[in-house]
This record gives sequence, C-alpha cells and structure tokens, in this order.
Amino acid sequence: MVAPLFYIFAGLAIVAALSVVLQRTPVYSALSLILVLCSLAVIYLLLDAPFLAVVQVIVYAGAIMVLFVFVIMLLNARAEAPTDRSRFARWLGLPLLAAFLGEVLFVVLAHFADTPLYSGEAFDAGPRAVGGLLFRQYVLPFEVTSILILVAIMGAVVLAKKQL
Amino acid sequence: MVPVSHVLALSVILFGLGAAGFIVRRNIITIFMCIELMLNAVNLAFIAFSRYLGNLDGQIFVFFVIVVAAAEAAVGLAVIIAVQRNRQTLSIDDLDSMKM
Repeated sequence: MVAPLFYIFAGLAIVAALSVVLQRTPVYSALSLILVLCSLAVIYLLLDAPFLAVVQVIVYAGAIMVLFVFVIMLLNARAEAPTDRSRFARWLGLPLLAAFLGEVLFVVLAHFADTPLYSGEAFDAGPRAVGGLLFRQYVLPFEVTSILILVAIMGAVVLAKKQL
Repeated sequence: MVPVSHVLALSVILFGLGAAGFIVRRNIITIFMCIELMLNAVNLAFIAFSRYLGNLDGQIFVFFVIVVAAAEAAVGLAVIIAVQRNRQTLSIDDLDSMKM
C-alpha cells in the first residue's frame, strides 16, 4: 500500500513543481507550490514522520503560503514579461545545473539502488518521541529559534513600514 | 517496497526544478517560491535518511529548517514589499543597481 501511494504523490509533486517553474503568473505558481507541499506532506506520512507531515500542512501550506498569496495580491503581481536579458544564466547555468544534478542522481541511484527504506525494526516517530528529543537534547537550539523568530518579526515590521 | 534511492531521486528532481526556476524566472516573488521548493527538497532527503537510519535527529533538523523558512519568508516578503514601494517593479532585470 505504501509503494503505490508514494509513486502517485511523487508524480504529483514533480508535475506541480514543473508548474511552479513554468507558470508566468505568480498566483498560479503559488497555488502549484501549495500542491507540492501537500503531496510532500503525504510522503512524510508514508516515511513515518506524522508530526512533520502535520507541521508541513499547518505551517508551510497554511501560514507561509498564505503570506505569499497575500503579498502577491497586495502587490498586484501580474504575469512576467519575457525578456532577452540574462541569456548568460540560461545558456550556461541550466546545462551546468543539469550536469551537476544528473551526477548526483547517478550517484544516488547507483549507491542506494537496492537499499530498502524500512530496515524492519520498529521506528517510533510520533509527536511524543519528537517532542521528547526537542525539549531534552535540542532545548538550546529550540530556545535560540524563538529569538530568531522575534528578530524576524521586528525586521519584517521595520522593512515593510512606510516611515520609521 | 520503496528503495531509499527513489525518495532521494525525488528530492534531487525537486531541488533541480527549484534551482532551474531560480535561474529562469524573472519575477522576484516566483524566485522566492523556487527557494522554498529547494528547501522542501532538502527536507525530504533529511526525512528519508532519518527513516533509513532509524534516527529521529533528522526530523528535528527538518523542524528547524521549517522554522527558519518561516522567518525567512516573513523577512523576504517584507523586503519585496519595500522594493516594490521604492522601485515600482518586481522584475529582477530592473533591480541591477549593485551590478558592475
């Protein structure tokens, strides 16, 4: 049951990611990105990460993407006009990127070809296990993160304000 | 049974699409969304290895990546609003004052 679901949602994620890149209108890109994030949440669920699957839907597909759509509509972002500038990036960057990623893909497929994802032993990754690890071993990074978010909130307010 | 290689291949493909969009797109908001796509590809690789190694630390790392991405989105979109207010454009072709 896991394998067919994985391939269905992997295909959906790739098609939606293609749509993110190929759409000219930012709103369509944003909606496609929400589809990518939701199908990735299902894949997280299949990979025994239920806590992160829920966080992915609530925080990523919910909060962050609402922020994106809000800004797109606030700035009235229209379809981008095709330009003939940045030819350098397109004709040199894309082949180099394709070569690099093909290399990584080859290594991944050759090295992990027959490695099963589930080694058989039980793997407890429920919210209780994640929370226990987060508030014991990783409690200092967790607290530093709260400072980071505070700084980000203040930075966002200062940057977006009309006059200081 | 899904092998590790297929999950990692999905991660590489999503990262590649995000990087390609970063190069090809001209709209600053779309470029920002391509960065989010790349972050998600990396998260998927983390979770695949977390499951493969039977170790929860990878999931904790993904949690922190999501938090930092949220902070980054808030600040980045504020920068985009400031750019739009001062320059009246969202195209990165017109935002080249730091180019030689």
